[in-house]
Amino acid sequence: MFGKRLVIGVPWFWLLLFFAIPFLIVFKISFSWMQPIQPGYAPLFSWVEETQRFVATLNLSNYEVLFRDPLYLNTFLYSIKVAAISTVLCLLVGYPMAYAIARCKPSTRNLMLMLIILPFWTSFLLRVYAWIGLLKTNGVINNTLIALGIIDQPLTLLYTDFAVYVGIVYSYLPFMILPLYANLEKHDLTLLEAAADLGASPTKTFFRVTLPLSMPGVVAGCLLVFIPAVGEFVIPSLLGRTDQLMIGTVLSAQFFGARNWPVASAVAIALLLALLIPILLFQRYQRRELEAAKR
Amino acid sequence: MSTRGWFRHTALALGLAFLYIPILSMMVFSFNNSRMVTVWDSVNSPTLRWYVRLFENEQLLGAAWISLQIAAMTATGAVILGTLAGLVLTRFGPFRGRALLSAMTTAPLVMPEIIMGIAMLLLFVSLEQLIGWPTGRGMLTIVIAHITFTMAYVTVVIQSRLAGFDDALEEAARDLGARPVTVFFRITLPLIAPALVSGWLLAFTLSWDDVVISQFVAGPGSSTLPMEIFSRVRRGVSPDINALATIMVLIVATGVVASTVWMKRQERKRLLEEQMARSDAG
Repeated sequence: MFGKRLVIGVPWFWLLLFFAIPFLIVFKISFSWMQPIQPGYAPLFSWVEETQRFVATLNLSNYEVLFRDPLYLNTFLYSIKVAAISTVLCLLVGYPMAYAIARCKPSTRNLMLMLIILPFWTSFLLRVYAWIGLLKTNGVINNTLIALGIIDQPLTLLYTDFAVYVGIVYSYLPFMILPLYANLEKHDLTLLEAAADLGASPTKTFFRVTLPLSMPGVVAGCLLVFIPAVGEFVIPSLLGRTDQLMIGTVLSAQFFGARNWPVASAVAIALLLALLIPILLFQRYQRRELEAAKR
Repeated sequence: MSTRGWFRHTALALGLAFLYIPILSMMVFSFNNSRMVTVWDSVNSPTLRWYVRLFENEQLLGAAWISLQIAAMTATGAVILGTLAGLVLTRFGPFRGRALLSAMTTAPLVMPEIIMGIAMLLLFVSLEQLIGWPTGRGMLTIVIAHITFTMAYVTVVIQSRLAGFDDALEEAARDLGARPVTVFFRITLPLIAPALVSGWLLAFTLSWDDVVISQFVAGPGSSTLPMEIFSRVRRGVSPDINALATIMVLIVATGVVASTVWMKRQERKRLLEEQMARSDAG
């Protein structure tokens, strides 16, 4: 009995201490006053000698700033827009690929899956960096297009919204393909035959049978791309615009640049709240997947 | 072959080209002599000068050594904790706090890294204020933070492996009088061995690759390789980073292919042994 408790307790307490409690601390500090000396924030509760009482000093201005300063609302909305567009693009690129792999011969299928996963194992940072060399004004894409005579003047590709979309789609593509593939691979192909026998065209069969059946995979893939993309920091700072920041960059600047930990904490909490519903949806999907695997 | 077959193959080919062209172009330009990274100097290329310069760069080599140590410690810790969590969630039935454990093992999979980074740093700062530990930040705090976010991935890998087969073998061993610890080490562990290997490799790669969380919880003198690379590439493209990328891609590709082949072989051996055992029994 003790052994069982220990086995449960070790991972449970580790995650409680290092994953759950930190969020409570962020929450607490988001209500603190900034303080120029260590640790950078004033305590929420302090003991006042004269009255012999604990006094709580709550500071709501960190949240007020988020609404008053248009910078925050603006970057929030921009981040959600970028993440949403990238997710849709990722789906448009990833779905046909996942579909093609799921309908391959089993022997080719494993090879294809490995080719999809392989880039994921190589450095994320270096793969984003590779796009700088491709998208630069005198980069590979512009040089090739000019050499082919398609354009005369180099296009501005780097440091644009387009570059960020490309970077996100490129980095997160395996996360879109894998859940889609896992779903598409399980489809009962006799359903497609049945639809064809009843006279449906291949296009109609796809939209009426395959696509609706693959919705759980679509939702999972989109969540796996969308949620981390909203808070993305590396991709916009390497490829993105300099006049329009994403929330991850603002958060990092508040934290390291302005060293305003309470406001940074408030931004983090607001971001977390905005992503709470997608995160809960993803957790539900993950639970169902594991239960389905058990049978 | 119908028109749809043609469409499928084109989509796959274009997608793979999209995935590999950036990596290949980075590798090609690592042999370019010109400083102008993306303009090919056809007179003096290919050259190994950026590779030579890379191996003379003590700062990058030092950072690589730090990253290697952190990744190895992280992977080992994450496999131990992740295996326990996976085992508890698939085999232990209901217990108090199960829902919380399950939530805490799936949330890190999608949590934006920047939020986790801030949360971890503020935890370490608060702990130091409260109990004086950990004193300052450095490799230890990076390892703790990395274990926490990578163990979620290990847990998922272990869970899906354990869900893949029923617990008949474990039950049989228990019925024959084996203690739980013996059952775990003699039956469960060998069965999930491939998942342990892929979990370890996954945690290692995630830790080796992480820049956002490390940036928050690192201290002076504990800059990891991705942190060094990030600060360099923010200033623009440099040819020695291309060389570094080429080396890393080649190592990873060899490692992934080798381990996949090895695991396939192990799996086939296991299935064969299981079949033989069944036919012996029957």
